[in-house]
Amino acid sequence: MSIKNLIICIVILAGLVALPHFLAYNFQDLLIFLAVNVLVVVSYRLVTLTGEWSLIHVVMMGVGAYASAMLSKMAGFPFWISMPIAGLTAATIAALLCFPLFRMTQFYFLIGSFAAGEAIRLVWIYFIDPFGGSSGINNLPPPELGDIDFYEPIPYFYMTLIIVTISLFILYRIEKSRVGLTLNAVHWKAPLAESVGVDTWKYRSLALIVGSFFVGIAGALKVHYLGVVTPHQFGIGVMVFVLIWVIVGGYASFVGPIIGVVVLTVFDQGLRASGIVDPAVQPAVYGAVLIASILFMPEGLEGIGKRFFSKSSGENA
Amino acid sequence: MELFLQSIVNSLIQGGFFALWAVGLVLIFGVMGVVNFAHGELVMVGAYTVWLLHAQNDVPFLIAIPVAIIIAMMIGLVMERFLFRPNRTDPLAGLICSIGVLFILQVIAHEVGGTGPAKQVAPPFNQIVEIGESLRIPMQRLFSLGVAIASLGVLWFFLTKTKLGWALRAVALDREASALQGININRISMIAIGVGAAMAGLAGALMAPLQNITPHMGHNVIITAFIVTIVGGVGSLSGAVAAAFIYAAFHTFVTAYFNGTVATICGLLIMVVVLIIKPTGIMGVKVSE
Repeated sequence: MSIKNLIICIVILAGLVALPHFLAYNFQDLLIFLAVNVLVVVSYRLVTLTGEWSLIHVVMMGVGAYASAMLSKMAGFPFWISMPIAGLTAATIAALLCFPLFRMTQFYFLIGSFAAGEAIRLVWIYFIDPFGGSSGINNLPPPELGDIDFYEPIPYFYMTLIIVTISLFILYRIEKSRVGLTLNAVHWKAPLAESVGVDTWKYRSLALIVGSFFVGIAGALKVHYLGVVTPHQFGIGVMVFVLIWVIVGGYASFVGPIIGVVVLTVFDQGLRASGIVDPAVQPAVYGAVLIASILFMPEGLEGIGKRFFSKSSGENA
Repeated sequence: MELFLQSIVNSLIQGGFFALWAVGLVLIFGVMGVVNFAHGELVMVGAYTVWLLHAQNDVPFLIAIPVAIIIAMMIGLVMERFLFRPNRTDPLAGLICSIGVLFILQVIAHEVGGTGPAKQVAPPFNQIVEIGESLRIPMQRLFSLGVAIASLGVLWFFLTKTKLGWALRAVALDREASALQGININRISMIAIGVGAAMAGLAGALMAPLQNITPHMGHNVIITAFIVTIVGGVGSLSGAVAAAFIYAAFHTFVTAYFNGTVATICGLLIMVVVLIIKPTGIMGVKVSE
């Protein structure tokens, strides 16, 4: 990470620390979910680095959320222990799923991951004991630490911010490491990578397991703030939103998905606040934005920004 | 015994629907290489059309069906011309666009139908056919099954006996080689999605009197169509039809004797197992690269 990028990161973080104090109560809530969603899209990008588009990511988030919810509710574990276990549970389930899923690639993998995810979700709905069926598990305890009241959005946001920032840093380091480069090689030149002794199955699995670990933590962060976990929070509809954020933002770079989720969330709120569009019509607006971004900006928002900057720097030269 | 016989009849009728859903998906994937996530919504559009025309405005059922087919077909043609064709080289882009269409169609259905309880259409055919002592089949279901089988038969005839059908199968087999033989890929793609979407619209129209109509009814359709397509073999139409009837029998019996959710979980697991053991499906053939 260059000095310039480091300064930009510090400025953004300082801004985020100050931001909730200027926002109304309901926007503070939103900021927490936004931070969680940033972790969701960035961990998803790690999975897509190998070129496989999985539809199970949000269900893995649910696996983490359910693990943390059940541990804290039924076994009385504090959040600080149940959250890492949530990540580990999601990673373990992902590791088990690697055996069937990575026998497939491309279209088959997409459908296979979708099927496996739906099966997990239906298990939550069907087995009322212990998963609580359609209404899920409620009254989840918030984290406890000294006198801090984690029912309040601002402390919860700071905690989320710290955990998400650490996770993003780790994910960034992974992507820039030798492992990350190998993942890229597996995507673009799988036969070549295999010919020089890279076990592509191993690296695809690794990406899915690590991505699932972080999204499991994101799941725990989300449901302990809401206080409730249900199967519907992790349906294919939510997965579609993750896809939209990543694609509209641009999945070619690390910051693209983050830009996507932030811009679309602000756009969404602006639309809601402006009152021009009926809330019932909003999914259609999302659909139109999605189609337009595929047709007119295949590299996403991030690609547009890059083009703009490279043009202006070209003029300077 | 009664439940057993009734379940057999029900699975046949379900199988007809499943086959109509799946053949469209297979045609579109085979010819264009695009996974059409909005396929379930085309079925939903068919059902809504029948609700709007027949149940709300007293248009005869037999006229509402062709209108439903035409509307679904038009949507399919627009999708191909403006969304799939510009993205021919990138199958993922086509899939994402179809997700966008899915959202838009759901909202349109929501706006047309309004909120409130699920829509229902009173069955136009009220008679009940009795076979033997215990078996009673509503005429409406028998009619649906007949139309489904007839249209599958027409599709089979089109694909195997007409020149256009041969061209379509050739494109599905090898797009570039077909183009070199002078087959117009864009025209064949329009025909494939037209036929596929028409089948979906027909299925929706036939289902309208038999189940609740909601903007989200496509979800169940797409899951089932995926299962059937994968189990039958992604490129294989006959495989999809066979898998549709097999899966319908499986699903109906598990639902009758256990529970609908368990049936879907088992179906999804079967699909994953098929993907692992024989990714080409029960009727698929291995294509060498």
